[in-house]
Amino acid sequence: MEYKIDERTITLMISGELDHHTLRDTSRELGQIIDIYLPKKLIFDMRAVRFMDSSGIALIIKAIRRMTELSGEVVLRNVPPSPMKIFAMAGISRYVTVEEGGKAV
Amino acid sequence: MSKPCDKLKLEFESKSVNESFARAAVGAFAARLDPSLEELNDIKTSVSEAVTNCIVHAYPNGIGPIYITVKISGNILDIRIKDCGRGIENVEQAREPMFTTGGEERSGMGFTVMESFCDGLKVKSKPGVGTTVTLTKRIKSRR
Repeated sequence: MEYKIDERTITLMISGELDHHTLRDTSRELGQIIDIYLPKKLIFDMRAVRFMDSSGIALIIKAIRRMTELSGEVVLRNVPPSPMKIFAMAGISRYVTVEEGGKAV
Repeated sequence: MSKPCDKLKLEFESKSVNESFARAAVGAFAARLDPSLEELNDIKTSVSEAVTNCIVHAYPNGIGPIYITVKISGNILDIRIKDCGRGIENVEQAREPMFTTGGEERSGMGFTVMESFCDGLKVKSKPGVGTTVTLTKRIKSRR
């Protein structure tokens, strides 16, 4: 997974298909990145996601749990319409900030 | 003019690498109904959820067969996803949003996604015998 670090803000570039199969590696990497950098703000840039099922919710819930332990926040950025439909269904905007491009279809 | 009627049958092993294959195959078959991008995504997402359930819950300790049958009649798509796995003790509870026995890698939203992305969802299960999930999706005419 590609990511950018700006002080205590980490931007994760999520790409491709996010399902139960790809979640394992992505989730493990997410955990490692949080453990190493202890960020205050974790941004998921999702512009390059081509497919996402409810596995995406599990990933974001994990991020929210870890970031809550660090008193940090989670931001979703550039979420394409289809993944946004899943996030909206789960009411994810109650727990994270959804930035531009995050309109449900 | 008679309504188009067609059928697809798939059998594959419950390996997670097959999740993308299963939804792509059903999506490609459904494409002949000229669905919108959103409808196509609804179908692929629902198939992905059902197949993942088979892999995670039906065969938790091994590999088993997953059978998919897709029927097209008119503008209706009937997708049946069947396994011969462990079965579900309490289907009602399994369908509850946020309920999961799948641990950290699942969100408990699988059936909720299928229910809201399709026009119909039926779940038949018998512990020790297996589970059959039937999804119905109506493709709106864009003509």
